[in-house]
Amino acid sequence: LDWDDIPPSSALEVISEEEAVQIIAEPLIPLQSSTLRDYVDHSETLAKLIHLGVDLSQVEKRQKAGQLLLTLDFEKDVKKILLFLKDVGIKDNQLGPFLTKNPYILGEDLEALETRVAYLKSKKFGQSEIAQMVSRAPYLLLFSVERLDNRLGFFKNELGLSVKKTKDLVIRLPRLLTGKLEPVKENLQVCQVELGFQRNEIQEIVFKTPKILTASKKRLKQTFDYLHNIMGIPHHMLTRFPQVFNSKLLRIRERHMFLAFLGRAQYDPAQPSYISLDQLVSLPDEVFCTEIAKASMKDFENFLKTL
Amino acid sequence: LNAAPGRAPRHQIRFLPAPGPGGGGAVELVAAQVPVLADHPLVRGPRFKKLKIGAGHRLDVKASGVFVLGIGHGNKLLTDLYNCHLSRVYTVGGLFGKATDDFSDTGNLVEKTTFDHITREKLERILAVIQGTNQKALLMYSNIDMKTQEAYELAVKGLIRPMGKSPPIITAVRCLQFALPEFHLEIHCLHETQQYLRKMVHEIGLELKSSAVCTQVRRIRDGVFTVDDAIPRTQWNLQSIQEAIQNCQLKVETELEKTLG
Repeated sequence: LDWDDIPPSSALEVISEEEAVQIIAEPLIPLQSSTLRDYVDHSETLAKLIHLGVDLSQVEKRQKAGQLLLTLDFEKDVKKILLFLKDVGIKDNQLGPFLTKNPYILGEDLEALETRVAYLKSKKFGQSEIAQMVSRAPYLLLFSVERLDNRLGFFKNELGLSVKKTKDLVIRLPRLLTGKLEPVKENLQVCQVELGFQRNEIQEIVFKTPKILTASKKRLKQTFDYLHNIMGIPHHMLTRFPQVFNSKLLRIRERHMFLAFLGRAQYDPAQPSYISLDQLVSLPDEVFCTEIAKASMKDFENFLKTL
Repeated sequence: LNAAPGRAPRHQIRFLPAPGPGGGGAVELVAAQVPVLADHPLVRGPRFKKLKIGAGHRLDVKASGVFVLGIGHGNKLLTDLYNCHLSRVYTVGGLFGKATDDFSDTGNLVEKTTFDHITREKLERILAVIQGTNQKALLMYSNIDMKTQEAYELAVKGLIRPMGKSPPIITAVRCLQFALPEFHLEIHCLHETQQYLRKMVHEIGLELKSSAVCTQVRRIRDGVFTVDDAIPRTQWNLQSIQEAIQNCQLKVETELEKTLG
């Protein structure tokens, strides 16, 4: 091929209508960008994901997720993972939010994902249970079989619960399997050593409110200190109503102080006009005021302003 | 705020090739209006990601009470209000019988004293002395020539105040409650910090030949804003906040007019 033989075509040359129509002269897409907005109109994958309900404004904030999505081809890569997720039991309208939290799953190897689901089934987790765990802990299937196995073993040993109870715990709070284990160990230590609960009390508490394992130690200690030392609630009552540990300390404090102000702070079931701890924390403000404190919302707000 | 309807996504005109009506292989360009996906709410994200919120006069961690916040353009008003040098009112709780290193009841104990000799009259005498010395400071920092008629008129109306920097000044103090060892004061002041008020409690204890710690500092008024204007945490929602802003608008404007002109 001799460069001199073919004369270069001039830009001013007249061309036919057909040729003109076929020229696509859109502005170039940027080679580098910090947001997916620049690419979304030119990528089939991104467009299809938006129609599924994936929130790209959230995805682009995560490390390398945007990059991953741009390199994937919808037909070749993404579609089969979506079908797999539907098989696992994730509903169509949940796919968008799921992928928003875990876009990385679209880059996983399909076989590895299927092996992990098979492992869970071998541990006798039911289909709907697996679906629930996966949708509530979106990173779950990114963990290798080995890691999942280690974690299940860890919880069984640390808590001393039966296999059935451990499984039930993990189904209700699958985050336990995907989170770090050190903080869980430390929280158990705190419950035993600093808060002074017996091992069987801890088992009961954890089974009723597994969130206590992932709560912040500082908050746990502060809440316990107020409940036990200032409100005078004994350990066995706290074991009966562990949901108080999930509640905000400020709420407990304000409501208790209001009740104390009205002379209604009675938490001993043996006494008349006893107020149970779960009534104290879980009722919404209006119901708490009218039913428990026997006062109006306005009284409560005025009281709050004197604190 | 983000739930309010935002602007509609832009549309763009794209020319897409489509087979021509003649059906003879000729290709035509058809104009199609296609929404720009880059404007889709799932791509753009929420309309408001950040709000500029400014705080008024400081309230430290141990204190409570009225705390003024400004949002967006309101921050300018905060600066203007600061320049008005309006006074603030606190209720301060005290306890006779001990002294701590930080003057509050949670600090490290420094000494314990008796307090049976203290009476309400003695306390009120001390408060009068405090008010007197502060009154002198007030006049000095206000930079007004006391011999003029203008000064007299302003003093009568209670409008004398320092319009620049000054150390903390107490413009009024009175005893609200006295039940040994506890007592409660109402303090009107300028350019104060809550720690200064706690120190004052400590010094009152010393003047009464005993000691005292501060148990509570609660701001009940900041300039034109009172406890009644304040929104408790149970009402921290968009509706209540908007209403509160509207309710105070007139007061704020009036005060700014009066002082800054």
